[in-house]
Amino acid sequence: MAAQQQLLKVENVSRVFGGLKAVSDVNLEIADGELVGLIGPNGAGKTTLFNLLTGVYEPSEGNIAFNGTRVNGLKPYQITKRGAARTFQNIRLFSDMTVLENVMVAYHMHATHGLFSSILRLPTHFKGEADMKVKALEFLKIFKLEGKADEVAKNLPYGEQRRLEIARALAAKPKLLLLDEPAAGMNPQETTDLMNLIRWIRDEFKITILLIEHDMGLVMGVCERIYVLDRGQMIASGTPEQIRANQKVIEAYLGQEV
Amino acid sequence: MTFDYIVQQLINGISIGSIYALIALGYTMVYGIIKLINFAHGDVFFVGAYTGYFAAKAGLGLILSLVLAMVVCGVLGVIIERLAYKPLRNAARIVILITAIGVSFLLENLGITFLGPQAQGFPEIVKKTDFTLFGGVVIDSIQIIVLVVTVILMAVLQYIVHRTKIGKAMRAVSYDMEAARLMGINVDSTISATFAIGSALAGAAGVVFAVMYPSVDPLMGIIPGLKAFIAAVLGGIGIIPGALVGGLLLGVVETGVQSIPGMSLWRDGVAFGILILILIFKPTGLFGKNVREKV
Amino acid sequence: MNKRFFLGVAISLVFYGVIQALITGEVLNDSYVDTLVIMGVNIILAVSLNLINGFTGQFSIGHAGFMSIGAYVSAILTTNEGYSFPLALLCGCLAAAVAGLIIGLPTLRLKGDYLAIATLGFGEIIRIVWLNNDYVGGASGLNGIERVTDWTWTFFLVLITVVVIQNIVKSSHGRALIAIRENEIAAESMGVNVTRYKVIAFVVGAFFAGMAGAISAHYFYGIAPNSFNFMKSFEILVFVVLGGLGSTTGVIVGTILLTLLFTYLQDFPEVRMIIYSLILILTMIFRPKGLLGSVDVSKFFTKKGGASKDGGTTTTP
Repeated sequence: MAAQQQLLKVENVSRVFGGLKAVSDVNLEIADGELVGLIGPNGAGKTTLFNLLTGVYEPSEGNIAFNGTRVNGLKPYQITKRGAARTFQNIRLFSDMTVLENVMVAYHMHATHGLFSSILRLPTHFKGEADMKVKALEFLKIFKLEGKADEVAKNLPYGEQRRLEIARALAAKPKLLLLDEPAAGMNPQETTDLMNLIRWIRDEFKITILLIEHDMGLVMGVCERIYVLDRGQMIASGTPEQIRANQKVIEAYLGQEV
Repeated sequence: MTFDYIVQQLINGISIGSIYALIALGYTMVYGIIKLINFAHGDVFFVGAYTGYFAAKAGLGLILSLVLAMVVCGVLGVIIERLAYKPLRNAARIVILITAIGVSFLLENLGITFLGPQAQGFPEIVKKTDFTLFGGVVIDSIQIIVLVVTVILMAVLQYIVHRTKIGKAMRAVSYDMEAARLMGINVDSTISATFAIGSALAGAAGVVFAVMYPSVDPLMGIIPGLKAFIAAVLGGIGIIPGALVGGLLLGVVETGVQSIPGMSLWRDGVAFGILILILIFKPTGLFGKNVREKV
Repeated sequence: MNKRFFLGVAISLVFYGVIQALITGEVLNDSYVDTLVIMGVNIILAVSLNLINGFTGQFSIGHAGFMSIGAYVSAILTTNEGYSFPLALLCGCLAAAVAGLIIGLPTLRLKGDYLAIATLGFGEIIRIVWLNNDYVGGASGLNGIERVTDWTWTFFLVLITVVVIQNIVKSSHGRALIAIRENEIAAESMGVNVTRYKVIAFVVGAFFAGMAGAISAHYFYGIAPNSFNFMKSFEILVFVVLGGLGSTTGVIVGTILLTLLFTYLQDFPEVRMIIYSLILILTMIFRPKGLLGSVDVSKFFTKKGGASKDGGTTTTP
């Protein structure tokens, strides 16, 4: 992991909500190709940090650099265009669209045909749409969803909805994939499969992954490096072994009686 | 523009604003509880005015006419809710909204068919006397009655919402309908009560409006209804004090604009302009809280 | 897709030919033509509002305002400035589109009912501007507009509207719009420029509303501000919701049925509006997803095995 480029650099970032610091003075660095976990007890500010990274919220203080450029204050779609895609803790699919259409939306920003090309049904429209469809179907195959391409997303079973959300995020061709509690609501077997899938995604697509989990055991197996957030502050970071032995982390979790 | 003139316009504005506020309360209460813009509310107002009209022609006095109009409108509100809105409790909101527009058309056209499209003069049940306050500032007896009726009804409403069991139920249902149901609150009867109270207030507003501008017609509810709705949005729809402030504010601004020579035709435009400005800068109204969607 | 598109256009042209033959053969008299033109104008209004409300999920009820801009601008240009109708039509549409842009931009911060009331307000402000402008005749409006439009004009403009809107909806851009309706936050995080697409929906919707206004002004000889009040906007909204939000086919069928109903009820002036409002209420109670329940008929052509089990697209704007 030596001398890799820093893909994401978070410096002294804070976010205040009505006088309350949800995230306070957080630092975080992720290198190209890493698979990093972000853990912490409930209410530690993990999702808020994610929302700051993806532009849903703007940091009150501090700096976020993605791929070497500052992204504070950019809108979510601008950050996505720079190569960071995410999933949500509470699944946010386009429920009434088909599985295929869900993935195709993620290709939209790479579309080669403009609005007028579609209105006039120019050849570029047909080519662009066909390319999108082929690529989206390939993606569904990877995620074993090809048989359900025409199914309406809200009719999928829960586990498949999660998989679809990850597929959709990956279809945006991100450099950095941010997964917000992807295993929430899954049983142990599904969770193990998911963790293997995540590792495989990283190797196959050669991307960087930042993963939120609140269950510590889970992340230990899959992540190379772990950050621990508690009450808005980064209390530890290191390899799974270091984190396991870290007194502050144990206290934070014991305090929560997990 | 003298001080007297400004005070005079304020008085005029507050009296029409009080009527907007009374109607706006019904909009805001219904919105607060089932998130419906009840477009039929302005027509409940017209029914109230006609009830007052017939009561007054039958020789009843102001107070009896008012009470009768409130009872009739309260019942009408409950009937509308039970027949038209209750079957749609779980439907998309736009569907209920279209239904409300349908109910509004229905009431207006039943009115036109059975009461005739022409305006009728409202019997003089209150003698209009002017009282000079100071300088050239005049307040008339009808304006006083409007203010008194508004203040009393407001006080009663505050009491009901904050001090009674049904008021507590209303607040609970508007906060979280499902949780309220689980806590054993009868959601359906609470919603009916909300419609009854809101509609009764519109009925009262109809009578005082008809006393102030002594005439009634089946389409009289459209414009005051729309204005009251603006007032409710201005204050922050769903928030009871917001409806009061929004109504008064709208009444005062409108009267102010209308009093400027050459501007009278722009009165309605200004009302909408203010509405849009407030919405752009404070999208949930003056008293509304910004609800952030949890991501 | 290509084939289906041309098939649809071909069927429409046959339909046009049949009707035109009936008109030329005087089987259909003037009052039928009136109804056909009104129907066409209503379809343009409803299909274009459906782009904003049904597909993008933005709750707009100011469509009559955009319509009035198209009507007034085109009528002024033909009547006072001597422009040819096609040029005036285009100017009317563009003026309405610019208004859509101006109204779209600031109101995009608003959501749901607040957006609805702001668009209603804008629509009313536009009407009040006409009302207070002597150049356009104030309250009595513009009269003596030459009749230019007819069944042919109306038909082809309806066709253009439907084709353009369907071509937008059935493309990546349309999926971006629908994604905004389905989940705005997810759409934005998938790289959809939400603001841009909302504005596009408003601008395109307004453009065609302006077109409807121009056709109507140049058919009925005159226009007045009060025919573009919020009741008119409601009427258009009713076409859309009754037909089925987010389904172009449903909206067209719904608009045709309602226009026919309305024309038929003209013969019973006393009870016309009562029956209309009862039908409105009952349809909403018993068919809350619209008359066709938002089954898009075009899907019958694409999928083998006929009807899709698609639960349909309900929106809660």
